[in-house]
Amino acid sequence: MLNNQGRPTAPAASAEAPQRTFTTNRALQLEEGLIFEHGRVDVTGVDMDEPETFALRLGGLERMAPIGLPGLSEPEAMRHYVRLSQKNYSIDSGLYPLGSCTMKHNPRINEAMARLPGFADVHPLQPVSTAQGALELMDELSRWLMEMTGAHAVALSPKAGAHGELCGMMAIRAAIEARGESATRNVVLVPDSAHGTNPATAALIGFAVRSVPANADGTVSAQAVRAALGPDVAAIMLTNPNTCGLFEREIVEIAEAIHEAGAYFYCDGANFNALMGKARPVDLGVDAMHINLHKTFSTPHGGGGPGAGPVVLSERLAPYAPLPFTTRDTTGRALVEHGHATAFGRMTAFHGQMGMFTRAMSFMLSHGSDGLRQASEDAVLNANYVRAGLADLFSQPFGDRPCMHEVLFDDKWLEGTGVTTLDFAKAMIDEGYHPMTMYFPLVVHGAMLIEPTESEPKVALDLFIATLRDLAFRVARGETGSFHAAPVHAPRRRLDETRAARQPVLRWTPPRPIEDTMAAE
Amino acid sequence: MRFLPHTNIERQDMLAAIGVGSIDDLFADIPAAKRLTAPLDLPRGKSEAAVARALSAMAGKNVAAASVPFFVGCGAYKHHVPATVDHLIQRSEFLTSYTPYQPEIAQGTLQMLFEFQTQVAMLTGMEVANASMYDGSTGTAEAVLMAHRITRRRKAVLSGGLHPHYAEVVRTLSRMARDEVVSLPPDVFAREALVDAIDADTSCIVVQTPDVFGNPRDLRAIARACHAKGALLIAVFTEAVSLGLLESPGAMDADIVVGEGQSIGNALNFGGPYLGLFATRQKYVRQMPGRLAGETVDAAGRRGFVLTLSTREQHIRREKATSNICTNSGLCALAFSIHLSLLGETGLRRLARINHANAVKLADMLARAPNVEVMNETFFNEFTIRVKGDAATVIERLADRDILGGVPVSRLLPNAGLDDLIIVANTEVNTDEDREAFVAALEGVA
Repeated sequence: MLNNQGRPTAPAASAEAPQRTFTTNRALQLEEGLIFEHGRVDVTGVDMDEPETFALRLGGLERMAPIGLPGLSEPEAMRHYVRLSQKNYSIDSGLYPLGSCTMKHNPRINEAMARLPGFADVHPLQPVSTAQGALELMDELSRWLMEMTGAHAVALSPKAGAHGELCGMMAIRAAIEARGESATRNVVLVPDSAHGTNPATAALIGFAVRSVPANADGTVSAQAVRAALGPDVAAIMLTNPNTCGLFEREIVEIAEAIHEAGAYFYCDGANFNALMGKARPVDLGVDAMHINLHKTFSTPHGGGGPGAGPVVLSERLAPYAPLPFTTRDTTGRALVEHGHATAFGRMTAFHGQMGMFTRAMSFMLSHGSDGLRQASEDAVLNANYVRAGLADLFSQPFGDRPCMHEVLFDDKWLEGTGVTTLDFAKAMIDEGYHPMTMYFPLVVHGAMLIEPTESEPKVALDLFIATLRDLAFRVARGETGSFHAAPVHAPRRRLDETRAARQPVLRWTPPRPIEDTMAAE
Repeated sequence: MRFLPHTNIERQDMLAAIGVGSIDDLFADIPAAKRLTAPLDLPRGKSEAAVARALSAMAGKNVAAASVPFFVGCGAYKHHVPATVDHLIQRSEFLTSYTPYQPEIAQGTLQMLFEFQTQVAMLTGMEVANASMYDGSTGTAEAVLMAHRITRRRKAVLSGGLHPHYAEVVRTLSRMARDEVVSLPPDVFAREALVDAIDADTSCIVVQTPDVFGNPRDLRAIARACHAKGALLIAVFTEAVSLGLLESPGAMDADIVVGEGQSIGNALNFGGPYLGLFATRQKYVRQMPGRLAGETVDAAGRRGFVLTLSTREQHIRREKATSNICTNSGLCALAFSIHLSLLGETGLRRLARINHANAVKLADMLARAPNVEVMNETFFNEFTIRVKGDAATVIERLADRDILGGVPVSRLLPNAGLDDLIIVANTEVNTDEDREAFVAALEGVA
């Protein structure tokens, strides 16, 4: 999660030019052109025999014009993508403390299990009699998720967290329609500290968003919720632990107030990594919550997905779960894909992110009930250890008190230094770290949200803390130049985001033929 | 526990450094009555070998596509994916990185997305494409919302050739958003009068080509009619390989092109993760959902890439965003892009011709079989057949003989009176032996 509100988006004037090489490579930092610059349309890296001549049956719709797609031989492709990969930071190479993103270790047993032909090479529409093991895995995953959350049902099909939010809010809308109140209940309460996906989701299906202010201590009070409630309110969307890294202490009272007012409680489950085996959201009064399998249950982020966002539902919302879902009959497991009386509809063409289900199941089985609880405890321990290690130098917006699995600092301690949160983050890059989430949550000025996860050993945290302390001392010594120039050791210096947005270049285009260029001049 | 680095002594040291006596002190904000005191009713942790044993047993209860003659399609297709693809997407730096929020240390992902966007734009014949959606069906629903934003109208017309599950996804979202949807009846022969369905309130027409029954659609007349009435044409495809042989939707003047990219680079995976491809005209880019990678320069003047036009997106615009999408299908997009780079134009066109040639062979064999009627005159690699009796039963009997013979239309459209139809796909992985086994078995059960 990241927000760039208020941050500078164009780099300052360049510092000294780097030492030049003929190739512009710098040892292991290898420059790499685009496939469109070194691929050729008449090269292919896939050997296939041309079919014998036959009469096409395309109804005259054959594609005649050149497409322009470049081809690479296999060694060229290998080198291109390996070189690109080397320009990425990753959790496998270092600490990745992006708050709200839960960048934990991705066990490779998960990858191996997801690639078993019995999971990876199975079609969503082949007869269910030939996919009984796939349905068994979906049932088993559902059982674990329900036990961990106290839920009565799980909608497995949502494809990511925001899609899960949409699923949960649709279930709420369906429940309200069933009560005959859809004309009057059109407002969703969203705290100012919420992820941007929350208000975007509510608005997507026509809810009006009413914001709820946070207390001075960073949490939402039952009193503030009561003040915002009315007969027009359909639901609240609340993150717990919240985006400030704090457990919502009045959550039970909030849930009671919501339910008394006839509304539903949607919980953003992005931060479930703090709660496994410690508390169950539905016990706290939650009616619907998505679970990011790509956060809490370690399915890899893949540079931006795929994710998976199953939604757990309370008894009140369970009847409205979308299609498809599994059932059992005398012949085994089956899928309900059509014609259910109360299901609100369908989120996606097929049954959800099976490849992610397999990975998450592998992660859960590996941990067991004992390991999952320990993982949450270690995640919270690590965040608090970082907090304790930095509390004397960094400012905390809500005072020095225990946090959950992530710790939030603001930029008050940077005031008057000439160094911004962005500068500080970029200096972390030169030190070999991925920056924390910055400028989010929006309720805190210059926010720095650090989530180390349970995967980090103490020795790695000690070095991380020492590094951040050293950077803070550099700020205190007034060495601002190095912050403004940072990063200098990454594959690229700061990139000009203003230019990218003002003059969008969203694809490669062929260079103009030389005669056009001459004519233009 | 092998994934958790701390020793108990380290945990104690850390608690002491934090200044609390026990781990429970850090969870004190959870109301005491709601704290779990007993372990969850779940098994204890397992060794890696035990996990592999448990999950392999489940996998063993499924029939893998490669193990049988396999003709199932309808939105997901079995193709050969070069070994290079799966190797490269498992590079740590691709697999275990996040969305590229810090571009200086994410140029690999960003350049890949820029290349992917260009490939998708070329393939669809459009000016710009985004960095992916969840899958074809959710992309289609987002395309409808985008058309509503552009036209300021709120009625979508869905072709009867649109995949029924895609149509259901669009209807679900539209019903919730209180937008109007007109769904034309199932259209086995591609004879529907789409042009007549456009009126002054119509925001968009959604047409799939090849349609779910396998018919390639000529979109030009529909595009003209849409544009004459201020509506947009949304073209949908579920088989990306078809674009190696069939005229692109962009060349037929579609305004938004959205499709499923699974069939290039990605496995069947029982339905996901898949890859939504989404392309449009340059002039509509600010109404587009999803991430966009764009070219820029760094402070030293070198070319680099960033996520851009994010003022459309939820993390900036919140309730005014074009979509709520955040995480999309990055790694599936990488697999697609690598596979398509390996194919190149030459390989893609050849692959598409092989698919079509194989489907023509199978159609001719089936046309000669008793009790089977081929419904399509034109198709790419998938077509519809009519059998005697209940198609779902036929498919079950074929499965009993270890042949996965296609999708009975009743699985997608249970109450449409089309219970004797089967949609059959045939790709480059099918051999003459597969086809002979299929036809022979079909004669035995149909």
